[in-house]
Amino acid sequence: MREQVIRDLRVAYARLWVRIKGSNREPEWLAAEMIIPVITLSAYVYMYKALGAPPQFTSFVVIGGTMIAFWVNVLWNMSAQFYWEKETGNLEIYLVAPISRMAILLGMALGGFVNTTLRAVAIVIAGILIFQAPVMINEPLTALLVFLLTIVALYALGMLFASLFMLYGREAWHTANLFQEPVYFLSGSYFPVTYLPFIIQLIASLLPLTFGLDGIRRVAVMGEGFGSIWIDVVMLVVFILILLPLAKFALNYMENLGKKEGRLTLRWQ
Amino acid sequence: MPYSVETRDLSRTFKGQDKPVKALENVSISIEEGEIFGLLGPNGAGKTTLIKILVTLLLPTTGEALVGGFDVVREPQKVRKIIALVSGGETPGYGILSVRENLWFFSQLYGLSSSVAKAKIKQLMIDMGIEEYANTRMAKLSTGYKQRLNFARGLISDPKVLFLDEPTLGLDVLTAKKLRSYISEWAKRGLKGTVLLTTHYMAEADEMCDRVAIIDRGRILACDRPYVLKEKLKESKIMRLEVSSMQADLSFLDKAAGVVGRSETRNIQTDTTTLRIMVRDEAILSSVMKRLEEQKLRVLSADEVEPTLEDVYICLVGRGFEEEAEAKTSA
Repeated sequence: MREQVIRDLRVAYARLWVRIKGSNREPEWLAAEMIIPVITLSAYVYMYKALGAPPQFTSFVVIGGTMIAFWVNVLWNMSAQFYWEKETGNLEIYLVAPISRMAILLGMALGGFVNTTLRAVAIVIAGILIFQAPVMINEPLTALLVFLLTIVALYALGMLFASLFMLYGREAWHTANLFQEPVYFLSGSYFPVTYLPFIIQLIASLLPLTFGLDGIRRVAVMGEGFGSIWIDVVMLVVFILILLPLAKFALNYMENLGKKEGRLTLRWQ
Repeated sequence: MPYSVETRDLSRTFKGQDKPVKALENVSISIEEGEIFGLLGPNGAGKTTLIKILVTLLLPTTGEALVGGFDVVREPQKVRKIIALVSGGETPGYGILSVRENLWFFSQLYGLSSSVAKAKIKQLMIDMGIEEYANTRMAKLSTGYKQRLNFARGLISDPKVLFLDEPTLGLDVLTAKKLRSYISEWAKRGLKGTVLLTTHYMAEADEMCDRVAIIDRGRILACDRPYVLKEKLKESKIMRLEVSSMQADLSFLDKAAGVVGRSETRNIQTDTTTLRIMVRDEAILSSVMKRLEEQKLRVLSADEVEPTLEDVYICLVGRGFEEEAEAKTSA
């Protein structure tokens, strides 16, 4: 047991190291990843300014753009990573090794988190300096707590999607595409979700990002404290408690299904 | 003492588009510790399916498979601790990382401590002749060097059982030879590593393997030491004929009495057909020559040749690997 835990921690660290090392070797990606989101969110900022919306909307957009960076990373650089690993032959090597699949995903998640945080920080700095986005944080620890819970919930969702990519190729790709834009909309990345009709809000409540964004915005922009965002915290914890075991179960299930159907390492599906 | 690898009546059926496809049918093999065991057969014979079951990537439909005494279905994690898989034509690893970094990464999949990993990586890079490329990114390596790295990756965990799936596919002669001799030495060293090698290169199986199983359409047709398998052909005569024209119609040989089997290679550049024919009686050859002359074909050369493992296959199946592949394509 102890030996297995140590091995899995080594694997997680190694996969994290690969991700960070890889990104550092291609810094041009970092530049692109920092500039493009700022351009995207600037469109929303100027639209709100033109409509005379309160200055807090600028901060909402900045925070939304920041968290979207993590969502995109979860969707394409983590969930879909198993697809690429399969195509390059690495997935076969992972599956033949005596390691937990969750350890590999944990490494990818931590690596992705570190890389994306750089991008996110750039978006926040640009938002504050260029767009004069107002920030009012009275409880920094609460802000950090909501942020970290949101990240864990998002990457847990990514781990669940990874199980799909482990077995399916293009089909999973379409699913990921299907999730990208609707999640921007439903989670209220560029506007407060309270403006949506009730039924849509109900659907939006199935996404951890919705609660994460709401909590972070209230704490970082409106200056609210833990007392008014505890529901967001509880919901995020519930998401984590459901998604992590579900991801582990789904990975085992998909791996066994793949072994049964002979599709586990089948390429160009 | 349990065998290193053992299968009992192992079968695997795939769904298939029209009807179920039997990839393996009642395969029973036993491989001893320290043995290099070859699985020889044409493409689609079931070699990779067998390897995938043994390395826990695929479930068998029926039957049992044990590696190191552990059941591949019930105890996959125990199996994974003692095995490694090296496939030909594959380049696992990360192109953006150097040779050394890739090896370090793979060493972590087996929980090696940094100091142990460092020493092993150094030794393996020397053994594989890639130490001068230690800091070169994998993406910049040639196919041969990538495969050397792939071998080093497979050996980094000191596996007890090494599975080699067409390991020299697409490699130049020298690199292939070097890797073959390294693996032969590796298996016979003190730690006694078992090797299961799949290949469709006869010479490779002949050169490396202690025993060879010939597999065709999912069934093991014969299994023995290469020289014993070839010895069984002593009663037959094997001739190599070079015939003018690559259009030569040799279908008459299918029904010719006394012809055990044949294989042919057609060369578009020289416009010739090289026929390898196995007959029970030398006298049959004169009637073959006569039929060729009737087609206005000239026999450019005719030599008696020593039996190879391909001849063993021809004897068992009636045709060579190329024809087998063509038959599968047309089917």
